[in-house]
Amino acid sequence: MAPRKSAATPNVSKDELLHFYREMLLIRRFEEKAGQLYGMGLIGGFCHLYIGQEAVVVGLEAAAEEGDKRITSYRDHGHMLACGMDPRGVMAELTGREGGYSRGKGGSMHMFSKEKHFYGGHGIVGAQVPIGAGLAFADKYLGNDRVTFTYFGDGAANQGQVYETYNMAELWDLPVIFVIENNQYAMGTSTLRSTKSPSYWERGAAYGIPGEEVDGMDVLAVRDAGRKAVGHCRAGNGPYILEVKTYRYRGHSMSDPAKYRSREEVQKMREERDAIEHVRQMLLTGNHASEDELKAIDKDIKGVVNDSAEFAKASPEPSVDELYTDILAED
Amino acid sequence: MVDILMPALSPTMEEGTLARWMVKEGDSVAAGDILAEIETDKATMEFEAVDEGVIGKILVPEGSEGVAVNSPIATLLVEGEEAHSQQPAPAKTPPSSEDMPADTRQHPAPTVAAPVEPALPEGTTMKKTTVREALRDAMAEEMRRSAKVFLMGEEVAEYQGAYKISQGLLEEFGARRVIDTPITEHGFAGIGVGAAFGGLNPIVEFMTFNFAMQAIDQIINSAAKTLYMSGGQMGCPIVFRGPNGAAARVGAQHSHDYAAWYSQIPGLKVAMPYSADDAKGLLKSAIRDPNPVIFLENEILYGRSFDVPDIEDHTVPFGKARIWREGSDVTIVSFGIGMTYALEAAEILAADGIDAEVIDLRTLRPMDTGAIIESVKKTNRCVTVEEGFPQGSVGNYISSVLMQQAFDHLDAPVINCTGKDVPMPYAANLEKLALVTTKEVVQAARDVTYRT
Repeated sequence: MAPRKSAATPNVSKDELLHFYREMLLIRRFEEKAGQLYGMGLIGGFCHLYIGQEAVVVGLEAAAEEGDKRITSYRDHGHMLACGMDPRGVMAELTGREGGYSRGKGGSMHMFSKEKHFYGGHGIVGAQVPIGAGLAFADKYLGNDRVTFTYFGDGAANQGQVYETYNMAELWDLPVIFVIENNQYAMGTSTLRSTKSPSYWERGAAYGIPGEEVDGMDVLAVRDAGRKAVGHCRAGNGPYILEVKTYRYRGHSMSDPAKYRSREEVQKMREERDAIEHVRQMLLTGNHASEDELKAIDKDIKGVVNDSAEFAKASPEPSVDELYTDILAED
Repeated sequence: MVDILMPALSPTMEEGTLARWMVKEGDSVAAGDILAEIETDKATMEFEAVDEGVIGKILVPEGSEGVAVNSPIATLLVEGEEAHSQQPAPAKTPPSSEDMPADTRQHPAPTVAAPVEPALPEGTTMKKTTVREALRDAMAEEMRRSAKVFLMGEEVAEYQGAYKISQGLLEEFGARRVIDTPITEHGFAGIGVGAAFGGLNPIVEFMTFNFAMQAIDQIINSAAKTLYMSGGQMGCPIVFRGPNGAAARVGAQHSHDYAAWYSQIPGLKVAMPYSADDAKGLLKSAIRDPNPVIFLENEILYGRSFDVPDIEDHTVPFGKARIWREGSDVTIVSFGIGMTYALEAAEILAADGIDAEVIDLRTLRPMDTGAIIESVKKTNRCVTVEEGFPQGSVGNYISSVLMQQAFDHLDAPVINCTGKDVPMPYAANLEKLALVTTKEVVQAARDVTYRT
């Protein structure tokens, strides 16, 4: 993974750094709690945790403006928290309760918020990519200057529909940022075992789409790349690709035995490249915050997460009438 | 001397217009020279000589409409022959459907006095319109009505539609709203879904529904399920439309009838119209619908003309069957092109004294099973007709509904007339056998009325 470049001369305010710290910590603690609730049998089915990748979505949200859209895959909890969705509603959806964003009918992989311009939460690998381009199509058609962040993984990056979408997005100059969250493993298959062309962003060149690789463990690098991409799209220049190199600490899903990589590899990444620790060190060494102040933030976040878990446990299961609602929209 | 015959320039072409002769009598032509421009229902095409020789007599003057495929249009004198008078082209006589080869499988319009439905305002005049024109009119009217409606698909704009359904739309609405896509069904179906999530009302044309199999994940997983998965937050107002089912002689990969597949999916609405007035009214309703709609058309029906009410805003509701013919002896239920067999069979049965009631479902989801049950209460017998495969057919579902909800009214087992359980063969004789036939429908009706 490329070394951090932004750390040398960080162009960031204290408030922004504290915001990043808080947002990333919220995702990590939330996901840890989700893992616990899964272990207790309160969350069922598939549950894909975002731990390790927090800087990607937090950095890119810092480049977004009100009205910009986002869409992602099934590893979606971090994206929802980062765009301002309520942790209570997200956790209650994980437990399949009435208080969840989809009233318990979507689950971990399928949540949406029109209010926050979050368009899911998609369970079919790669399917969100043309949909994201379609959202951008709608904005262009309607004459908005909004952009759509379309997130997908290195696994989805080998799906055919991604390239169909690249072709049309560039053909029609759609304001869409393709964010490839390259966490190096498509489920259990490393990128090196999936392709001989592992520099995913470079594939955009075949369609005329510019892009770049970004250090996804450095929230400031992600933010800066995001701003550049947003500027490109908002100016009407068509799509842009960001291949954000990141790392997931946990398994693909809760039932992942992780035989495909060593403990040492994971440990090394956590110790040397952790994105939250990076910001924490910047805050401390720059004298922007004291240990005590950061502890207070930690405590506050823990409170928010515990509250979401309590809400998710207390919220009732959906009424049985819900089985037959929301199948068709009324005229 | 050889006859130059009116060419078939598409799988379903039966007649065309001889738009312009590019040669005159006495001209020498070589193979590959353009002889004439022929206008089909889809396009104007150049017709080339296949032999060399001298044009003898031009039998069909330019500008002639309705020239039947395979009728002589000119003679070609091969080496050493002199021009002399020729027989005129035979008058076109419509063949009866049972005798027709599969590649000209067009059924004469049934002689139905007047369909029982629909109730129209008094004094409504009717306009003879083809299904093709009706579909185009529906899209144009809805595009005028809402700026959020747009059409995308392969060849919908500059080519004017592979089957000419979108003719004139580019000219009226411009390239922003009538959009040619690359050949990437999966991708543009997904972009359409995203545009619908983003507040637009896309009409996505598939050149045929056979190609939509490339896109079916986006149709089912993304378009149909998201409203439910989002707890009602995110609907997908989109229409996927295009020709479905067998055309003629296009083989196994281009002849699939998807009626039963899509009608199975909660979250979708599915229409499969037969007549032009229903095609227009249902498509307008589909475009206004807040849900994803699968709109299954049929290439053979595109050229058929029907009376369409000449009123400003002709819509047809989903979930309401249409009774084309009232009867008391047997209920024949069909939809789409299946109606041609149903109505033809009813005519033949009437001559035998069997009085069939013919119901056109028009939409398969929602399905007006109530209308079927009401009819069966009267006739006590039911035959279903469709071109799709037998296992898991629409007819199978209707049979189960009747067993569970009208068992005591049935005097005979329900018979499902369907296409055969084989991939569509190419050979004309085999293709004809693979499809459902009027004869089979007649036999089924005789069987359930025990009048064999």
